[in-house]
Parts: sequence; C-alpha cells; structure tokens
Amino acid sequence: MSVRLVYFAWVRERIGKGSEEIELPDTVKTVGELIAHLATLGEEYEAAFQVPGVIRAALDEEHADHDEAIGGTREIALFPPMTGG
Amino acid sequence: MSAGPQSPDRTAQAVTVRIQPQDFDIAAEIGALTAGRADIGAVVSFTGLCRDEGGRLAALELEHYPGMAERAITTIAEQAVARFKLNGITAIHRHGAIEPGGNIVLVVATAPHRQAAFDGASFLMDYLKTDAPFWKKEHLKDGGAGEWVSAKDADDKAKAKWTEARGQSAQ
Repeated sequence: MSVRLVYFAWVRERIGKGSEEIELPDTVKTVGELIAHLATLGEEYEAAFQVPGVIRAALDEEHADHDEAIGGTREIALFPPMTGG
Repeated sequence: MSAGPQSPDRTAQAVTVRIQPQDFDIAAEIGALTAGRADIGAVVSFTGLCRDEGGRLAALELEHYPGMAERAITTIAEQAVARFKLNGITAIHRHGAIEPGGNIVLVVATAPHRQAAFDGASFLMDYLKTDAPFWKKEHLKDGGAGEWVSAKDADDKAKAKWTEARGQSAQ
C-alpha cells in the first residue's frame, strides 16, 4: 500500500523533507511499526526517530496513538509534541 | 461528540476559527461576536503574545499543519460551546514569523454569565496548547541557530484538570 507521509518541525528538518510517498511493507500495520520501519531507512530517519516515544502522529488529520492501525489511511503525519498558543 | 443542548447547526454557527499569517484586531473580533445581540452577558478575551525571552529572541517561527490545525481547533471550540453553553467563541492563530510583542493567538468567548465565558476561553487554550498542530522555533538576536520550543509538562497538566473537573461534577 502506498501512503503519503508528512513531517513537521524537527522531524521534518532531520529527515530533510516535508513530505513523501512511500510503499508500506506488509509487516507495517500500526503507527508504532511505521515509526520503527522509517528509523531503518537511513541516518536522517534514524536521527528523527531515535526516541520513538516522543513522536506524535495523525492519521488523515486526526490524532492517533502508536498502537492505532494505519488501515486505509491516505496521509500520515509524524511530528514532535505541539507547542502552539 | 456531544453537542449538548444546542443543535449541531447552532454550535457550528457559534464557532469561528481562522489560521492566518496576518495580525488580528481584538476589538473587531469582540464586535463581531456581540453585534446585534442582547443575550450575551459576558465577553472574555485572551491574547497570547510573543515574548523576547529576556531580550535574546529576535522572532518566533510558527509552523503549522494546514487543514489539521483548523480542524483541531474547531473540534475544541465546538466542545467548549457545548460544555459551557457559550453564545459563541472565536479562535484565531497566526503562523509564520512573529516578533516579540506581536500577537500569536486570540480567543474570544461569549456567554450569558462570566464564569462560562472565562472557562470556555481557558478550556480552549489548554486544549489548543497540546492538541493543535503548531510548532514554535526560536530565532535569536545574535544570529545563532534557534531551538525548537519544547512542550511543557505544565501544559499537559493544565489540560488534564478539565477531565478531572468533569469527573468531579459528574459525581
């Protein structure tokens, strides 16, 4: 399955791009598994996801926990804890 | 989501959310919520500004997730209207570079009585801090590479008090 990934703040800076399309391996079913998979894609990704527990995710613009299933999501966002306001 | 005693249409009309780079006019936003109405007894406004952090900050860069930022704040605003029986609520959050002294965020809540208006504005800000997809990066006056602002535990605690308050009031 192909999915669009979008990154923000220091996750975006460390990876070096704001978005990309990737092909999800069949073994990746949840947000947590996606983060673990991305961390293996090179040193930029390793730097972005070295502390997986701090990474927040949104599936099609809705907040999602790491154990949530990706299912038919079109856009997955990965970012640090939010600091607006 | 529970819309409470108000119909979904009424709740939707009561909520205004804007994400924009440009500054806002606080008086004009209060006027837009109150004009032509005689049922409002209280207006509370909160404005968040950019601090200079002891003189070292040149600007804050506000990054956001377009689409989700508006959606997340709208969801919080609708919950505030339903929970505190607000007449209306307006939330405006800026993005881009903002210099010290500049406005970052505005919340205006209107209600028949003051406590609901205070609570509605406070509730929206507490949830916005932890749930709305915005990130602040510091730009320093000395030209040094600024850091991304870290999320604060205090913000999570501020949000948690609303679920505790709800638990107590339900007992």
